[in-house]
Order: sequence, then structure tokens, then C-alpha cells
Amino acid sequence: MKIHEYQAKELFRQYGIPCPNGGIATTLDEARRVVDAMPGYPVMVKAQIHAGGRGKGGGVKLATSPADLEERVAEILGMTLITAQTGPAGKVVHTVLLEQGLDLAQELYLSLAVDRRTAQILIIASATGGMEIETTATADPGTLVRIEVNPLSGLADHHLRRTAFGLGLTGEEAKHFTILLRHLYHFFVDCDCLLVEINPLVITTDGQVLALDAKVEIDSSALFRHPDLASLYDPTEEDPFEAEARVHNVNYIKLNGTIGNMVNGAGLAMATMDLIKNAGAEPANFLDVGGGATADMVEHGFRLILADPEVRGILINIFGGILRCDVLAAGIVEAATKTGITLPVVIRMEGTNVEEGRKILAASGLNLITAADLSDAAQKIALVASGDSL
Amino acid sequence: MSIFIDHNTRLLIQGITGREGSFHARQCAAYGTKVVAGVTPGKGGTMFDAIPVFNTVAEAVNTTRANCCLIFVPPRFAGDAIMEAAESGIPLIIAITEGIPLHDMLKIKNSLTFTASRLIGPNCPGVISPGAAKAGIMPGAIHLPGGPIGVVSRSGTLTYEVVHQLTKAGIGQTTCLGIGGDPVVGTDFIDCLTAFEKDPATRGIVMVGEIGGSAEEEACEFITSKVTKPVVGFIAGLTAPKGRRMGHAGAIVNGSSGTATAKIAAMERSGVQVCRDLGRFGDFCTQIFTSEGA
Repeated sequence: MKIHEYQAKELFRQYGIPCPNGGIATTLDEARRVVDAMPGYPVMVKAQIHAGGRGKGGGVKLATSPADLEERVAEILGMTLITAQTGPAGKVVHTVLLEQGLDLAQELYLSLAVDRRTAQILIIASATGGMEIETTATADPGTLVRIEVNPLSGLADHHLRRTAFGLGLTGEEAKHFTILLRHLYHFFVDCDCLLVEINPLVITTDGQVLALDAKVEIDSSALFRHPDLASLYDPTEEDPFEAEARVHNVNYIKLNGTIGNMVNGAGLAMATMDLIKNAGAEPANFLDVGGGATADMVEHGFRLILADPEVRGILINIFGGILRCDVLAAGIVEAATKTGITLPVVIRMEGTNVEEGRKILAASGLNLITAADLSDAAQKIALVASGDSL
Repeated sequence: MSIFIDHNTRLLIQGITGREGSFHARQCAAYGTKVVAGVTPGKGGTMFDAIPVFNTVAEAVNTTRANCCLIFVPPRFAGDAIMEAAESGIPLIIAITEGIPLHDMLKIKNSLTFTASRLIGPNCPGVISPGAAKAGIMPGAIHLPGGPIGVVSRSGTLTYEVVHQLTKAGIGQTTCLGIGGDPVVGTDFIDCLTAFEKDPATRGIVMVGEIGGSAEEEACEFITSKVTKPVVGFIAGLTAPKGRRMGHAGAIVNGSSGTATAKIAAMERSGVQVCRDLGRFGDFCTQIFTSEGA
């Protein structure tokens, strides 16, 4: 679960990680009040959406006077911000974060993540902040500091020293930095984070070390032990259909193609999307109804797929195995009747009683096309996509 | 011959009285696996079908000499169940549970290095050595005993699809297993490739990967230097958008890392024969394994 920058910074402050003074606003009036409480200009105006790349998209601007503030806030609040991570539709900005402008001496990069293979916690830091870490890693790998921390023994002083010295920090700056990193590590572990990224972490001309930005992703699987963090979920950041899918325990992601698809299992669902593409069409979605598949799930799946006006045909691929195909087929017929589907639906199913299942589909009188296997399903969906009759 | 499980496997099921646990305990037993014990705290002393139920894993091991356990415990308790099994000396632990918090898995994976146990999963379909034993949730009937192919995958139903096509093409399997779709798993591709390389009955390997992380790339480096048997590969997720988690917790493309394209390229560099059309996977394997003498 991703959270907003301002939420992450509130958590940072609770953990003793310094951030610039500021506050959030959803209207111009609120913005004025927040800035009135600050010592003066310049003020940063930052759009609060979950996607990165906000600055390049015009969602982060500097205001140097009250008149300037009004203009900048008016530009950003309500705008549809399109960044490399939002997709072409962009995201509407409902909230801005207003922060005291600072005199910067240096910008650094600092993140905590997990190394999947070794199961260690990774500190990654760089003396060149402000740009994407992947760019730094490619352009100047020598400047990257990468320190592994064993999660059982935890963070030790030498990890902190090695990171600070690796960044070339000395004296008071090194001291402030190591205190911040210690707090950040505790935050990362306590709050079940998947990723914490501060880019940039800044050193001001008067020697303070602060988190100018904050990107935090929390493990959704661990929210049962963090009711306070669960309340930070922002439903407006999620596609409404994807949110609804989650309520019904299915995984749905909207894509830009015309062939809707419904599959049991995430790996097979991805492979089915690839198969649609191979057949010369584009998948309209990713939809994983789980290892099993019930009539109820199929019905919700149909409703999600049909809500997308671009969909021209549907491919159902259920590898049941233990699942009974006659039961599944009856569920598909019931769901198709209930949802009033008129689009062609190609069904490939595998499992026990598959012949009975096919008979039920054929006898339904609906536009349900049975595929013998995956290869046959691909050919039939290619015909559907090209608009030919089957 | 096979890897990890065989005729000598004595299976214990943690969470045997739950809905999933009880269903799959019966399925494993029906396949011919020796299901010797169940564990549900508080239900010790009762029977599940003909299987004795114990309060603790240690008790179950002492009484029944169970040497493999299958975990169906809910995610918030599953980490504890894994460590209980490891500390009771069970050499092979297979965790089906999906949704164990990542930070729990970090502690578990590091703690397991102090034990003699191997963990497979979590969030996996388990292991089957066709004709000998099934310790998992996969449909037994789609498998063909007798080898000579070993199958390792990060997925569940995608593995079934691949195995089904092998069986239809008349290609038997030694062992098929899913290593799990989570970011941190107990056993990785390299562990499985090592075992298949050592197993004399396995003469060829199928490796099924997906987007996210770099486990496939690391496995490919290993294949280049250490695997002499022919390997057929498949990668799911060419059409997956960046930055989105595709169902599995571990299936996400971050920036330019973890893409299907990079994984396919790594496979091709290491001499793995990559199948591009899942619909023809069986035919592809027939062609490759026949020409490479598997």
C-alpha cells in the first residue's frame, strides 16, 4: 500500500526524522492559512498523488510571494497530473503540501528496501540526490553506497558509519545523518515497510539534515497489525473498479486493450494476457479470480470486464484441475445470463467433468464459444478481435 | 527417482482441521502419499479420518516420524508454524499460505539458516513426485509418472498448464514444484536446478518464471556454469504494465528491472530454449528434449 508524501512525513516526524515545516491544503483558503503560520517565503507547493515524477509533470512549484502562492496553488489543485508513473490518463490532484523553502547545500539519496535473494535489509545511498536512483546506478555506479543489514541482528553502528563515510560526510553532518538513518531503519521495520525512499535527503546551508521528499510503501499483508496505518489508505488513488475487485477478493488491473480476460491464478493470468497479444490482439485487463473459481467470482469478473466500454470479446481461461468443470460451466451460464452478456466469450477450461461442462455451455443458447485447449483459445480470440465470425 | 519427496515421504499437515487443510490432506492421501499426522493446537488426541491429530509438531514427529510438513495455517500464524516445524527437526517444510508479511519472512529465512530444514514457498502450490508422493494442492491426475523431466516454477496454475501439456505430449515428470510467488521464498530456482542436475532420473528441466525480482537472471548464470541438462524456459508477463503488482506479491516490474524481456534475454544467453507460445508448450518440449536426447 502506497501512502502520500504528507502522510509519510507525519510518520517520519513521529520517528524523529526531520522534515521541512509545512501543512496540507485542499482549498486556496486553507493554503493561505497554512502559509500564514510559516515564517515566510519561499514556499514549496507539492501535489499529493501517489505517483512519482511529480516535479517533471508540473506538480511541484515554488511560490515566492502571496500573489505567487495563489497562482501556484490554483494551478496545481484540481489539475490532472500526468507523470511517467500515472499512465496517460493522469491523476487529479485533490491535496497540496505546502512547505518552507530551504537553502540547500547538498542533495543526497537514501532508501531502505529488501534484497529478495539474500533476505537482507538494504541501505542504498548516493551523494547525488534528486535524480532517479536507476539513473545514478547506470551513469555513476561508483557513487552508490550499498549496505546489507541482517534483519535478525538488526542495525549496528558500523552500518551507520559505513553509510555516512561512503557518502563523504564528516563532522556534524555525519552525526545528524546517522541519527536520521537509525530512526529511519526503526520506522522501516516497525511499520512493515516494503520500501522507504528519501530523494532528495538534503543538507541545508546551516547544517540541518532533512527529508525533503518521502516515498513509503507499506506491506498490505501486514496491515492486520497496524490499524493506524491501514487508515492511511486513500481510495481516490485507486481505480474504482480495482478497488471494487479487491472487495470481492479478485485481482483486477485495467489495461488498454479490447480483449477482456478472466483467469484463475496470477501466473496463468499473465501468460494468458501474453497469449492474447501473441494472437494479434491487446488484453483489456489482468483479472485473477484465485486458485479456485466460483460462480459468484465469475459473475463479479464479468461485471468488471463489462464495465470497460473498450472490450470487444472475452477470454475465460480456468485451469481447474480439482475444480469440477460442470459446476464452473453452470456458473458461467448463470453469470452470463444475469449480466446480459452479448459479447463473444471464448471459454477454455480444464478439470474434472470437462465434457459435461462443454455440453452445458453449448446448450445454453448464449454466445459462449468453447476452446479445446490454449492454442485453440488463442486462435478463436484472434478471430473475435479481428471482428470475423467464428 | 525424484527430488525433495518420494515413496519415503511421511507427510504431516499443519492446519489439518481447517477447510483447505482438510480438503488437501484427503487429496494427498488419495494420491497415495503417506499422510501420517495432522497438527491443530487444541485438537490433539482426536482423529482426522484415519490420521492422528496432535497439539504440537514435536509430539507429531516423535510419534509418527513425519519427515515433511505441509502448512495451511492462516498468514498471521504461518510464520510461527514454519519455525515450529523447523525447530522440531522436520527436514522439508512446504508452506502453501499466501500473504505472510514480508518482514516475518525476512526473519524466518535468516533463522532457517541455523536449522537443517529446507522451506519451499510460501505462497506456492507445493511439490509432487508423480506416482510416488504429492505434498501440495496441485491436481494429481494431470501428472505423468516415470520422468524424465523436472519442472520448477514461480506460479501455481501456470505450472499445471505446463505439466498438463507435457503429459498430453507423453513426456513424464520426475518432480514438479512451485517455489512461490512471494518476494522472499525459502527455496529458489538455483536450489531446484542443483537438485535436478544431481538427480539421475531427471534428464531435462522446465523452468517457468515471471516478472519481478532477478531470481531468473541469477538462475541463468548458474545454468551457464553448472547445469549440463537441457533446460526449456517460459516467462509470463510480457504484457504486464510497469509498477503494478500482478497478483503475486513478488510480480512487479520496478523501473527497468524485473521485466519479462530481460529474463527471456538472460535465458537465451545461458542456452535455455525459450518457448514463446504457451499454447504450443508441449510440442516445443517434445522437439527440444528429443533433439537434446533427454
